[in-house]
Amino acid sequence: MTVISDPHIQPTKRPRRLFKNLMAKLASIPMILTALVVFVGGTAWTVVYSFTGSRMLPKTNWVGLDQYERLWNSDRWIISITNLGIYGSCSLVLTLVIGFSLAACLDRKIRFESAFRSIFLYPFALSFVVTGLAWQWILNPDFGVQSVVRGWGWESFVFNPLNDANTVIYGLLIAGLWQGTGLIMCIMLAGLRGIDEDIWKATRVDGIGTIKTYIVVIIPMMRPVFITSLVLIASGIIKLYDLVVAQTGGGPGLASEVPAKYVIEYMFRAQNLGQGFAASTMMLCSVVVILIPWAYLEFGGRKRG
Amino acid sequence: MSKILKSLLVSSALVAAPASQAIELEVTHWWTSGGEAAAVSKFADAWNATGNSWLDGAIAGSGGTARPIIISRILGGDPMAATQLNHGRQAEELIEAGLLLDLSDVAEAGGWADIVNPSALLDSCTLDGKIYCVPVNIHSAQWLWLSHAAYENAGLDVPNDWNEFVASAGELQAAGTLPLAMGQQGWQQNLAFGAITIAVAGTEAWREVTVNKNAEVAAGPEYAAVFEAMVNARELASESNVQDWNQATNMVITGTAGAQLMGDWAQGEFAVAGQVEGVDYSCLPGLGLNDILDTGGDAFYFPVNDDPAITAAQKELAALLISPEVQVSFNLAKGSLPVRGDIDMSSANGCMQKGLKILASGGILPSGDMSLSADTQTQIEDLMAQFWSGDMSAADAQDDYAELIAKAD
Repeated sequence: MTVISDPHIQPTKRPRRLFKNLMAKLASIPMILTALVVFVGGTAWTVVYSFTGSRMLPKTNWVGLDQYERLWNSDRWIISITNLGIYGSCSLVLTLVIGFSLAACLDRKIRFESAFRSIFLYPFALSFVVTGLAWQWILNPDFGVQSVVRGWGWESFVFNPLNDANTVIYGLLIAGLWQGTGLIMCIMLAGLRGIDEDIWKATRVDGIGTIKTYIVVIIPMMRPVFITSLVLIASGIIKLYDLVVAQTGGGPGLASEVPAKYVIEYMFRAQNLGQGFAASTMMLCSVVVILIPWAYLEFGGRKRG
Repeated sequence: MSKILKSLLVSSALVAAPASQAIELEVTHWWTSGGEAAAVSKFADAWNATGNSWLDGAIAGSGGTARPIIISRILGGDPMAATQLNHGRQAEELIEAGLLLDLSDVAEAGGWADIVNPSALLDSCTLDGKIYCVPVNIHSAQWLWLSHAAYENAGLDVPNDWNEFVASAGELQAAGTLPLAMGQQGWQQNLAFGAITIAVAGTEAWREVTVNKNAEVAAGPEYAAVFEAMVNARELASESNVQDWNQATNMVITGTAGAQLMGDWAQGEFAVAGQVEGVDYSCLPGLGLNDILDTGGDAFYFPVNDDPAITAAQKELAALLISPEVQVSFNLAKGSLPVRGDIDMSSANGCMQKGLKILASGGILPSGDMSLSADTQTQIEDLMAQFWSGDMSAADAQDDYAELIAKAD
């Protein structure tokens, strides 16, 4: 505010800050509009119409909370939420652990590092549909892992996760991890490379073991990298859909249904937009419930510090 | 006088104009398997022969994939000239929104009310007295397909109805054959449910529940027997872990499974495998217990278009699809039953002849698609998927089902 305290400068120059970088601001208007209209507007529209009895076409016949009542009374929705919970927690923990372990191994200056890096990152280049189909075949008892092991002579070997309602979600998890850990590993590796060499020298001087150094010194220093990984993994979990469609189709029965699939099927196959909107609003709520406390801690905390 | 003549001339010129030039109509459908594509080409050839041209808009995937694409194109203001849909309630809201062309005048000119058999097909195209679609074929779901190889292997006679099949299942199992092949997908399990219901509870109870949505009957003793039979069938199919319907049909073809409950489209698979009805496999319409079939099927709808030339061509195409020659060639290729009773289908195979006989004797029911909304159908499919893959008791499943029927619209 030194501008105003200087008597020689006209007060009319005050709005200048608004026009600072005018071109940059103009250029970002389309994106701002898109964000407001498409994202915020679309979200608001969806939430509003989730309180209607819309079928194939959106209509404004208000039904209050009926759609939500039906949603939470539906077995399929409960199964979907439970599945997402199991898949989400396992996937989050395992991706971070495996991703970091792989990165730490590669960081030990091993031979052929870039070859290994490419191999681990390769699955990420595939679409979920390809991953899903490939793992559907690998886990198929008639020509996948089970038949190969039986072919080696272990006749009683049973490994058939996809056809058992209790284990199918872990079959999905295997495919999800195979696809997702490579990227997290690369991000972690980049983070590890960013650690100053002097830190390692200092810990060596102090006689701290390698593993202990990783856990006590390196990981706390990599907080931003972990946050990035967390956001990437979490967004992948909540939108889990194509892997399920390709690998199990939600089966056997309803055992591997997920919320995103519920939304799509009720909106389009069942031609019940209201129900699909209610389900997608619940998905939004779950994201918001996690996001807001985190954003508060992350950004609110920094200001105070 | 001359004024009238002039206006007549003008209007006839307007009508004649589009016919004189070739109109290209885009037609969307989801008939992409070998036999289906051959059938659709019969339509295309007939249309091209009139001097117009057929722009084929095949959408890969089943109806579940194609329908949302078709509907969103119509809603989004990019309508095709004609599209396949299953007749029934799928297009109800599109008609109410005024997005589909009224074909009443074509129907009247062609006398559809007299030729379409069963007339229920035309009723399901009708809303508020106006006709909005052309039914092109009939597919029924209540068929039991039996493998002769499996029964020979077990040293048994091939059953003649569902009860005999259930009785023979134990011995089939003892011979190492899976009694009932069942694809683990909701719609197939729902199809089996429908077929068993009609066989066990009879058509009266079925009609009361599915058409009149009477939840009391759904909770009553007839349906209790249905769900008991379903628990039984679930046992017979418990070792079946295929997903797609044609994989399950393949188990019957190769004799690794004794039987499958599937619609009449399964005979296409038997035909492709070179099997002969009565020698390699048997088909039992109405599960051999009731001479009854439902009359689901496909119909063509024509989205409203601004261009009068296209509108005229759309009506011309509508009349063509139901014309006798096209009906015969199309349905022979498709393996489905024709929608008119006045044509010669003597070249059809044994299973189709059985179906035609039932159709002629009037043993017909409306399909579930005609009576229940897509929403209710999806919920019932979800229930069936859960029932068949888990260990839900008959009583629990019946309670849930009755609740869905009570809420159905």
